[in-house]
Amino acid sequence: MSEVEGMTAKQKLVYYQDKMYKDALEGKAKGELVCWSSSIAPCEFCETMGIHMIYPENHAAAVGAKHGALAMIEIAERRGYSLDICSYARINLAYMDLLVEEAKTGVTPKELEECPGPRIPLPDVIITCNNICNTLLKWYENLAVELNIPYIIIDVPYVHHWPIPEYTKEYIADQFEYAIKQLEDLCGKPFDRQKFIEVQEQCQRSVDAWDRAMGKACIVPSPLNGFDMFNFMALIVCARAKYAAEDTFNTLADELQAKADRGEDAFKGGEKFRIAWEGIACWPYLSHTYKSLKSLGCNMVGSTYPGAWSIHYTVGNMKEMGAAYCKMYSNTELAHKVDVITDVLTSTSSTGITYHLNRSCKLMSFLNVETAEIVKERTGVPYVSFDGDQTDPRNFSPAQFDTRVEALAEIMEENKNK
Amino acid sequence: MYTLGIDIGSASSKVVILKDGRDIVAEEVVQFGTGSSGPDRVLHQAFTKSGLTFDDMAKVVATGYGRFSVEQAQKQISEISCHAKGIFFLVPTARTIIDIGGQDAKAIKLDKRGMVSQFFMNDKCAAGTGRFLEVMSRVLEVPLDKMAEYDSKASEVVSVSSTCTVFAESEVISHLSNNVPKENIIAGVHASVASKACGLAYRTGLEEDIVMSGGVAQNEGVVRAISKELQKKVIVAPHPQVVGALGAALFAYDEAKKVQ
Repeated sequence: MSEVEGMTAKQKLVYYQDKMYKDALEGKAKGELVCWSSSIAPCEFCETMGIHMIYPENHAAAVGAKHGALAMIEIAERRGYSLDICSYARINLAYMDLLVEEAKTGVTPKELEECPGPRIPLPDVIITCNNICNTLLKWYENLAVELNIPYIIIDVPYVHHWPIPEYTKEYIADQFEYAIKQLEDLCGKPFDRQKFIEVQEQCQRSVDAWDRAMGKACIVPSPLNGFDMFNFMALIVCARAKYAAEDTFNTLADELQAKADRGEDAFKGGEKFRIAWEGIACWPYLSHTYKSLKSLGCNMVGSTYPGAWSIHYTVGNMKEMGAAYCKMYSNTELAHKVDVITDVLTSTSSTGITYHLNRSCKLMSFLNVETAEIVKERTGVPYVSFDGDQTDPRNFSPAQFDTRVEALAEIMEENKNK
Repeated sequence: MYTLGIDIGSASSKVVILKDGRDIVAEEVVQFGTGSSGPDRVLHQAFTKSGLTFDDMAKVVATGYGRFSVEQAQKQISEISCHAKGIFFLVPTARTIIDIGGQDAKAIKLDKRGMVSQFFMNDKCAAGTGRFLEVMSRVLEVPLDKMAEYDSKASEVVSVSSTCTVFAESEVISHLSNNVPKENIIAGVHASVASKACGLAYRTGLEEDIVMSGGVAQNEGVVRAISKELQKKVIVAPHPQVVGALGAALFAYDEAKKVQ
């Protein structure tokens, strides 16, 4: 009998995540290769080569959600990293230093031992794609240089115009081929094209299941609360190329549909308002932000996140795969962002939206000021912005957040009564 | 019928008691905010002066950062909605509110019915708030209530360009050590507050009438600086410091009427 048989989606999420970290640690001990990858870099190549994948952003988010961020951030800042750098980067660079110290001395540093996030092994190769951020390039380069390991970069041009031009697709597809060559050199074995097709097929099934599960947020009232979406996101990031993701999301979709069929919703009948959340979660304050919104009857049903991992392409078509990784929400021009958010608001029947002005993520945050105003003009849906950070707990004020969302709820209430 | 609104801010506590949702029978301010003796003291003062008690209040609504600490309140409403309600009651032609309190600066856009159609607040920073003025008042050894007077005598507005309160404090100290007249420095401090507040106000679209509220609206120097920056007339709301409490009392009246 399969170990996951009979498990709920939440149980599967925990099981598969733990297994991935465990497999990577055990694999590393046996001499197998480990890759550290940015969250929306193509995972298909390393997966084909049988390389264990670790996602520093996801790991940093887990450290943040478990209230271990500040200890790591302080180490990074003591070592000279500016507080203006992305907090995921600071956490990860500090974590890497601690792992290196442990490897050199044989003694586990106290901060590493006390870090509440999952233990991860040091990488043998780095892969990144600048489709979500350009700070990543230097952060991951720093890892590669300090550890003296190969660095695979997939550079995708910013999308200013649609459709994505052929030369852009060719440029990315050529880099895919070069990445394959780099991996062949590293692994000392040829790239298995047949296995690659199977991996791509798995990715497409995982993405379909993800879309299916996240689509349940459109049901009114919603059986899905968006903060669960933030948690389930871990698997679409880390296990897109594995059956684990497909299995978990299909279970989740079935559970949510059954819940909706029974007339139940995420708030046990308390869904008063449906809102969208633009930006990364404030991981150290996940519970606070959730409870604050819930106390107002606000279910966060809309986000641009589900769409970020909705990476569809025709299996076997490298250029199409390149385009799919290129047109990430964060890598596209303002008008497209406005279209995406408008669509999120419409499809989820959201009557309000919060924009997280994230100190760590300048690209998204600066654009959000303009995006918010255009979306408001187009849809009439009221919005609030709040200051925060994805994992640096010093940049968020719970009281300021509460005031803003309370006022948003009051405006939505007034709009209802119009 | 009496209703009570209490606004517990970061720097002060305010109470308004309304009769029949129309007449202000008590308005009190104590310069101590949430977590201090301020809320109890301001209530005591309001009841002593009006001769009323909590038992006489049909409803109580609390607002401000300390809104959840008032046991007697039947409802809590954000200061954004309360300021909008209070201002619209006092100045029905208001379409833009600039409110500067102890640690918040906000700009609120109102529709013709007095409803909030959009609002913008300062980020996680003391620049452009009452706290900024308090810090500068201490460094300059000029009481807060005298700053407007100094400002009116300024021969020029010196630059206080740092948005960070701590850096701006250093800038002011540097001006003082260079013997720049306090009047001119204070005009610069007021311009700095105005610049931050106007940054928020511009985003509302600046429909007139523009009305100012909050404790800082009592400082004519800041009001002048804001008016100059916006190049528009700025009306100071009557009872500027108790506008939030007034809005809360008006909401309390609406609630009380629902019960009747």
